[in-house]
Amino acid sequence: MSSQKPRLAPPVLWGVVLSAMVFLLSACASTPPAALRGTGDLGVVIERADGRVKIVETSGRSVLATVEGLGDLSHASVVFSRDARYAYVFGRDGGLTKVDLLEARIAGRVVQAGNAIGGSISHDGSLVVVQNYEPGGIKAFDAHTLELVADVPATTEDGRRSKVVGLADLSGKRFIYALFEAGEIRITDFADPRNPVTQRFAGGNQPYDALVTPNGRHYIAGLFGEDGLALVDLWNLDKGSSKILDGYGRGEQPLPVFKMPHLRGWSVAGGRAYLPAIGRHEVLVVDTTTWQEVGRIPVKSQPVFAMARPDGREIWVNFAFPDNGWVQVIDTVSGQVTHTLQPGRGILHMEFLSKGHEVWLSARDDNRVVIYDTATKTPIGGFDSLSPSGIFFTTRAARTGF
Amino acid sequence: MKLPPLVAHVAVFIGAALVSAFAAANESQPAPPDAERARELVHIVRQDCGSCHGLTLNGGLGPALTIEAMAGKPAESMVATIIGGRPGTPMPPFRGIVTESEAEWIVDQLMRGFPPDTGLPPVQARN
Repeated sequence: MSSQKPRLAPPVLWGVVLSAMVFLLSACASTPPAALRGTGDLGVVIERADGRVKIVETSGRSVLATVEGLGDLSHASVVFSRDARYAYVFGRDGGLTKVDLLEARIAGRVVQAGNAIGGSISHDGSLVVVQNYEPGGIKAFDAHTLELVADVPATTEDGRRSKVVGLADLSGKRFIYALFEAGEIRITDFADPRNPVTQRFAGGNQPYDALVTPNGRHYIAGLFGEDGLALVDLWNLDKGSSKILDGYGRGEQPLPVFKMPHLRGWSVAGGRAYLPAIGRHEVLVVDTTTWQEVGRIPVKSQPVFAMARPDGREIWVNFAFPDNGWVQVIDTVSGQVTHTLQPGRGILHMEFLSKGHEVWLSARDDNRVVIYDTATKTPIGGFDSLSPSGIFFTTRAARTGF
Repeated sequence: MKLPPLVAHVAVFIGAALVSAFAAANESQPAPPDAERARELVHIVRQDCGSCHGLTLNGGLGPALTIEAMAGKPAESMVATIIGGRPGTPMPPFRGIVTESEAEWIVDQLMRGFPPDTGLPPVQARN
């Protein structure tokens, strides 16, 4: 075969091929090239009732596109690829969907569990890890292909599986998470992705969510079943975990919690962590050097998110049902609530621009995303969105714990 | 003492018939709330109970509340759980938010397959 001499194509074939080439080249030249754009000012808004996301851009505060077919997003969260081109959307039904923000299409999708709560991405961007309620455990996927790489059940000695909460990325290909029923904290190392290695730590009674501090040094799990939080110093793992703010409710009867607070590194500002108390209408203030309580700030209701404006000057707090139409702003210098706002009905989530000059809020029951100027505390824009919940900007791609 | 099998069967059958008749009588009891409140209650269950039980009621931190999951559960204890919560678990008491008869109506609707949420009525923008 290789010894055969090349033969010239017959003139008829040349005629066809050449005219096709000319046609294709002219088609290329006459089609305007797709406008180039970066992804640094993009984001995703979850429309929770319809399995849909809106791709938004924050420079002009507009909606670029809508992507459908993401399954049950009634509880959803998002992480981004390192280049901030792809959003990985974790749905309630165990769906993991990779959305191409530039082409506004689904680039991959797997349904990997019965009931999931969120996920995380490794520092090198190669692994996406999902935390599951049912069956309880974590699963690691290849970030490019979404092929399953490893399945790590959250099983204890009694053979039972726990719901996994508070998953966060650590250095290397390590992930830390907590087990709701078993009350454990675990670190799973995917250095050899197909043979993960897990370390176990005491976690306290019913951890419901957790955060890793922005520098990646400390992991804090909020506890539903007791007054206090669990702390792991990730620079001193041999010391195990410890309890902080032990007995912050001082034996008082806790108030009803109609929605579990969410914890993330956004609550750390100026050497302090601002944490929603559970069953108390308070934000707890903790010194991040000593991990001692240095104050508590009374707020309107059960806080859900206590989020620092990225410059650390303010903490914006939203609340559980039935007070989810309110938002309060805490000034971190005076330690006081300075503003009480009503941005809309059913405020489920808030997301700051990376320099903190705007905050976007989802008003679920008004079917609207509202945008506030954080300096004036006044609305400066917004758009209609059906039952919006999470708002996620691509600037999360660069942060540990997001 | 050992009952003859036929007697045992008949007894079980009559017992079951009585229980289901009683349950049926009970089921028809909860007075439906007016249309506006019903819409609000459906919204609360789907959205706010949904933060733990899922918008589709397929479960989350809390158990599933689908028609299949509710099958065979005693209605009274479900109503008691809604009103009084379930100590030791994250299930909070909704006393003061829904009344006992509204809780009965909610349980009844859950057992029949819960209606879809039509949202809250629109309001004038506050801003």
